Amino acid sequence: MANNNIGPKRLVVGAHYGLRDWLAQRATAIVILAYTVILLVTFLASGNFSYEGWAGLFSRQWFKMATFVTFLALLYHAWVGVREIVMDYCAKSVGLRLALYVATILWLIGCAGWAAQIIWRM
Amino acid sequence: MSEAVNKNRRKYGVMSFADIRHYRLPLAAYVSILHRASGALMFVLLPFVLYLLDKSLTSEISFEYFKGFTSHWFVKLLIVGLVWAYFHHVCAGIRHLLMDVHVGVDKDSGRKSSVIVFAISLPLTVLVALKLFGAF
Repeated sequence: MANNNIGPKRLVVGAHYGLRDWLAQRATAIVILAYTVILLVTFLASGNFSYEGWAGLFSRQWFKMATFVTFLALLYHAWVGVREIVMDYCAKSVGLRLALYVATILWLIGCAGWAAQIIWRM
Repeated sequence: MSEAVNKNRRKYGVMSFADIRHYRLPLAAYVSILHRASGALMFVLLPFVLYLLDKSLTSEISFEYFKGFTSHWFVKLLIVGLVWAYFHHVCAGIRHLLMDVHVGVDKDSGRKSSVIVFAISLPLTVLVALKLFGAF
């Protein structure tokens, strides 16, 4: 099976094309949802909103990891979604589509870098 | 044969923005288009969220600045917009996940679940908005 999938016989279309992104969008959605529930429960349980409590939550290593992993899930999730929007509304120009894809990726990776900086600076 | 090469024939299947006027959208279609719009809104406002997180975490001084910044009415409005986008996106997303496992795929339950999406996301947004603008 794997050997048939190289060279001129490489499979570039078919029923499985796009399945990985479809599945990844679902999986990342569940990761983001789980993180939101954790964040909301901790936030609502802590009572009044103070710097000590808020920064204390983000100073824990496990929460830093959870936040960063969730951001990476968000990055992939948003990439699949925005690419879908671009495919639908910019169907006529390949050049414009490519430019928007590149801009989306740069935007998301830039945001991920900033998120990492925020999480590990403190 | 002449019909097949006629380039002026109407193209079916591709809908343009102008076609929207001719459709009476069912409720599920509003859930769907707002799912997309809310996702796009959150994507565009991602740096704004990171800016808020940055200010709230960096130091006690920046935390005080964060409190002042978020007390401005326009910033509150942006936050309410984002909160609505998040609630709608999550509710419509869970509806999607249920449909992926073949729950509620027929026409009637599709309409019912669209009502549920709005019935959950809109009141929650109103609640957050009232809290933010100091109604309670």
